Amino acid sequence: MATRLQTLPPELVEVQQQMEGHARDCGLDFFPTIFELVDYDQLNSIAAYGGFPTRYPHWRWGMEYEQLSKGYVYGLQKIYELVINNNPCYAYLMSCNELTDQKLVMAHVYGHCDFFKNNFWFSQTNRKMMDQMANNGNRIRRYMDRFGVDEVETVLDACLSIEDLIDIHSPFIKRPSMHAAAATTPLDDSEHDNAPRGTRFDAKPYLDPFVNPPDKLAAEAERRRNEAPPAHKNPEHPTRDVMLFILENAPLRSWQLDVLSIVREEAYYFAPQGQTKIMNEGWASYWHSTIMTTRGANDADIVNFADHHSGTMATSPDRLNPYKLGIELFRDIEDRWNRGRFGRDYEECDDLTQKRLWDTATNQGRQKIFEVRRIHNDLTFIDTFLTLDFCRQNKLFSFGYNSGSDAYEIESRAFPQIKQRLLANLTNLGRPQICVDDGNYKNRGELFLRHEFNGVELQMNYARDTLINLQKLWTRPVHIETTLDGTKTILSYDGSEHKQEAAK
Amino acid sequence: MKMQRDHARFREIVRGRIRQNLRKYVTQGEMIGRKGRDLVSIPIPQLDVPHFRYGKNGSGGVGQGDGEEGTAVGQGEEEGDGKGKAGSDPGAHVLEVDVPLEELAKIMADELHLPRIEPKGRENIQQDKTKYNSIRRTGPESLRHFKRTYMEALRRQISSKTYVPDSPLVVPFREDKRYRSWHTVAHPEASAVIVYMMDVSGSMTDEQKQIVRTEAFWIDTWLKSQYGGLEVRYIIHDAAAKAVDENTFYHTRESGGTRISSAYKVCVDLLKKDFPPSDWNVYCFQFSDGDNWGEDNQTCMSMLREELLPHVNLFCYGQVESPYGSGEYLRALHEKLGSDFENLILSEIRDRNAIYDSIKLFLGKGK
Repeated sequence: MATRLQTLPPELVEVQQQMEGHARDCGLDFFPTIFELVDYDQLNSIAAYGGFPTRYPHWRWGMEYEQLSKGYVYGLQKIYELVINNNPCYAYLMSCNELTDQKLVMAHVYGHCDFFKNNFWFSQTNRKMMDQMANNGNRIRRYMDRFGVDEVETVLDACLSIEDLIDIHSPFIKRPSMHAAAATTPLDDSEHDNAPRGTRFDAKPYLDPFVNPPDKLAAEAERRRNEAPPAHKNPEHPTRDVMLFILENAPLRSWQLDVLSIVREEAYYFAPQGQTKIMNEGWASYWHSTIMTTRGANDADIVNFADHHSGTMATSPDRLNPYKLGIELFRDIEDRWNRGRFGRDYEECDDLTQKRLWDTATNQGRQKIFEVRRIHNDLTFIDTFLTLDFCRQNKLFSFGYNSGSDAYEIESRAFPQIKQRLLANLTNLGRPQICVDDGNYKNRGELFLRHEFNGVELQMNYARDTLINLQKLWTRPVHIETTLDGTKTILSYDGSEHKQEAAK
Repeated sequence: MKMQRDHARFREIVRGRIRQNLRKYVTQGEMIGRKGRDLVSIPIPQLDVPHFRYGKNGSGGVGQGDGEEGTAVGQGEEEGDGKGKAGSDPGAHVLEVDVPLEELAKIMADELHLPRIEPKGRENIQQDKTKYNSIRRTGPESLRHFKRTYMEALRRQISSKTYVPDSPLVVPFREDKRYRSWHTVAHPEASAVIVYMMDVSGSMTDEQKQIVRTEAFWIDTWLKSQYGGLEVRYIIHDAAAKAVDENTFYHTRESGGTRISSAYKVCVDLLKKDFPPSDWNVYCFQFSDGDNWGEDNQTCMSMLREELLPHVNLFCYGQVESPYGSGEYLRALHEKLGSDFENLILSEIRDRNAIYDSIKLFLGKGK
């Protein structure tokens, strides 16, 4: 790493060993974890880089850094800790935190590390990402030296604009990859080579015009052209990995393709973190709270612990706190499985008193939450474990936008609505699902995307600007079909102007 | 760390955007309304990586807490143009960037090629700075010291024997509360005073005053970035002059005649009394439409020559063109004094668009 970071001072090493011991005693299982002590400014920069100080240079990290620093200076926010999913795990501690905070944070970190190592959705993750990011950074820096910062930054900007157009499930799908298919059919086939031709016989040059009369050959070629099956549609099936499609089909120079592949690779690395935010934070909070209250904290710690913990768990009406929701759900699951409050008998019991007092002393709570942290992501977690009782106890509600008052208002406290809304927000990381429908639209090499409309419209100004960046990569006109005011609409951008028309 | 480079790059982009629109910001006077304490929020288009994302139409979420159906939980954010016509402007999603006024002044200085001002006078004026390093019993909740508060509560409960170890409930009273607090530390700073003089006789219309106001804002901003302590005084005049506050300065309209020397008189007295030029950097800005009573010009010239110009850092005269004024005063100044004093600067401000260049003319000397 470029900057020497402080290694832990002796008193913290001791604390760290204690907390690690507590975590192991609780059954947590993690990669070796390296703690580094940093000041707030270093922490803000590392956080701005998404945890990777060696990442490629780009202005948006600077923007992120400025926002974090401002938030810190104004006392609006403070990052206590940062954990990198890598083997070994890296965790950064803020040097100005009090000892109690450090204990809490370490316990929290071990929760995250256990989650990273064991949760299924991280099973395809590159655990040497620290090195990979550094390599990526070096490659981009080299391109900047060669082609100029502005040139590379323009390409990066365009790539980042579509960084969320990936298929978050594809790392788990095993099928003959599009990669292999693409490798066997060279991309730069000129039309000429593929065009149907007449049957040509071997002949000496001076006899050729007589053995292979040009007009006959042309006529035969014409006939074959008419008979030829239509060329393969590209892509054969709509694909959600728009980035991959562009990588394989756009007429970019090799360094530009490399930049795109770097952005894509990092997007896939971060996707599981987005998919498991509630669980991951919930799990880490569950363990910092459990460890601190049962064994980690001493009397001197307890007030600070309570203050810090309650701050982390604070709720606000217009945003769901993933820490709070996650920890409460894990506790709820543990409690239900301890008392046998699951399964058919419990579900079908309609004696309310019996149900309230239900306790079969099953005591499978701990075991159950370890299982849950292994196999679920946020979507399936909420789908499986968010119950009516839980919603009532935690006063959940769904809210929506009311254009009349230009405000977000509480829509409903009905369980199905709440669950529906939560699941909808978690689907595809809360982003619109978009796929490539046709890479040769109108037979003109134009790119045609389709927004899989689910009732929520795209934000138009962003959509138009995204098309501009997409067009920079594709170089031919680009289109996206979406639904506006209930009508199927195609937005297009051809490199100089936008168009919007109803789809036929 | 590498962040310096990325952060610098970001600031550079922000500055570039501001620079592109600087003339607009300077001319429109909208900054004046936007000004916070030291920061202005500047709307910068498109400093964001655009993505396909959901509009707020039909979007929503899940929250937690009390409230009936229909209770508001948050304000909708501005969404730019939403569903505008296709093919029109680029996305109007606008990022509000907070720029310290000081930095804006720096950008303006770069763009206008303003030199750094070299202050004169002794550095004998104290300016206060605050440091948070103490505890008080009163204060705003945002500064409460959680641990100290609970320690106090615990101490009180133990001494009053209301603390039960088996049920360790500690409830702080008002008297238990402790707040972080600050001490004030003094710093010596070089100081300056700006004296604005304006003709408020009938011929100066609101449009002209608006121009003066905009120009004065940027002058303030620039000088504030150059001096630790900056005082501003306002003088209005028609046939007679008086010192007024800022609000009165911009909102007075009189109908009488015009005698500029009356303002000079008030200015000279003010400087003598409160801001001796030996200790203060003095900046005088005079705005009028150029009309003066004929015989008064003579008095003005001699006052400038003897009592003002030798003592002040800069004397700037801005002539705001009005439909009624003759604009003759500027010519008179130019003929009588123009070449003798290099700290006298004359500028004709025809309309809003001229503000930019006028500022450059006034402040471009580095005095």
